[in-house]
Amino acid sequence: MIRVVLPAHLKTLAGVSGEVDLEVDGVVCVAAIIDAIERAYPSLRGTIRDPATLRRRPFVRFFVDEEDVSHVPLDESLAPSVASGATPFIVVGAMAGG
Amino acid sequence: MSRVRVLVGTSKGAFVLESDAKREKWDVRGPLFGGWEVYHMKGSPVDPNRIYASQSTGWFGQIVQRSDDGGDTWAPVSNEFAYDGVPGTHQWYDGTPHPWEFARVWHLEPSLSDPDTVLAGIEDAALFRTSDGGHSWHELSGLRGHGTGHSWQPGAGGMCLHTIIVSPEDPRRIVIAISAAGAFRSDDGGVSWKPINKGLRSEGIPDGEAEVGHCVHHVAMHPSRPDVLFMQKHWDVMRSNDAGDSWFEISDNLPTDFGFAIDVHAHEAETLYVVPITSDSEHFVFDGKLRVFRSRTGGGEWEPLTKGLPQKDCYVNVLRDAMAVDGLDECGIYFGTTGGQVYASANAGNSWAPIVRDLPRVLSVEVQTLA
Repeated sequence: MIRVVLPAHLKTLAGVSGEVDLEVDGVVCVAAIIDAIERAYPSLRGTIRDPATLRRRPFVRFFVDEEDVSHVPLDESLAPSVASGATPFIVVGAMAGG
Repeated sequence: MSRVRVLVGTSKGAFVLESDAKREKWDVRGPLFGGWEVYHMKGSPVDPNRIYASQSTGWFGQIVQRSDDGGDTWAPVSNEFAYDGVPGTHQWYDGTPHPWEFARVWHLEPSLSDPDTVLAGIEDAALFRTSDGGHSWHELSGLRGHGTGHSWQPGAGGMCLHTIIVSPEDPRRIVIAISAAGAFRSDDGGVSWKPINKGLRSEGIPDGEAEVGHCVHHVAMHPSRPDVLFMQKHWDVMRSNDAGDSWFEISDNLPTDFGFAIDVHAHEAETLYVVPITSDSEHFVFDGKLRVFRSRTGGGEWEPLTKGLPQKDCYVNVLRDAMAVDGLDECGIYFGTTGGQVYASANAGNSWAPIVRDLPRVLSVEVQTLA
């Protein structure tokens, strides 16, 4: 079971508060985590990655252990601490203005 | 007793304003979808409890929300708007080819006969339809594919399909408008389309009388006369008596004919409303005065309506989808401003009062008349 932290707007959309725990199939990588998020919360489809290209939305970033993993290949295994649940996978919306 | 429900989309959420037929005291609900841009919210004419809303941000993209209880509760439906086939390219601002890319839903138009059927106008301009209450959307690709789509260019606000009008006499007739491609019409339910821009003149494009390329801001129609259309263009207020096959100017004595919103009195097909703003480079009302202009003659002989509206130090705009009318015997007119006010008139514009003053920037206003 992995831990995921969502930004405020997506927590509201998903109807959750705090962290969410998700089962990820296979390799714990960015793509698999987002697959799991969208499976568990269909209302979040298209909000983290573009539904057509499957690329991360430009104003969204991913962090693990204070390290920006937004540019890590989508199928590359993340740190073992994510898979073990010791460290959450954090989805952050940019603090851009507007 | 009759009631009205005003659906307000703003840059930071949606609001639902309700009143009885007096339209004096209002209940205000919101913000719904707080923090998100709500470009448009509209109810089904056949089931007023069914309301659809376009919720979007640059951060997290597009959500389409649906309510089945008049706006008390909401649930997301499908947000997948996939262009049919290979989308191809349109023109970018600099004239170079640019791929079609979905940005957001600008306008939702529920069917006149079926609460599960809705047309959606999107950016980059295309028309989509759901027949299952929003659970799936399919492009009416004949619009982009009719022949001129590759030459369409965006306006400053993006290449948006912002106006959708379905004839109450024949649902196969659909008129749409795109900034900045122009107006188009289908007579077969959206399968085939043709530009309907003859008579429009736009000085800012290479060929001022081109078949496409005109920045149409909004089009309005009275349901009793589907062939008569009124247009607020990037400069000029226009009229067509032949379903858009030809247009002529009706700006007449307007002090300025630049603006976005235009609408028609619910019971008087020749009574029109516009909110002129200073110019294409100064998107605020002129002289610091918020004035709605009314023509009772279908264009021409415009009179300013000012009672209850600020007449000094006011520099707001009224966006293209931010004006609406109700169907009560004494027709109510409503509009929202970029300054966050929503004004209502319970007497066809003779006097106005604010319903709310301090909302976020108002993007759209629609009204439901409830029995």
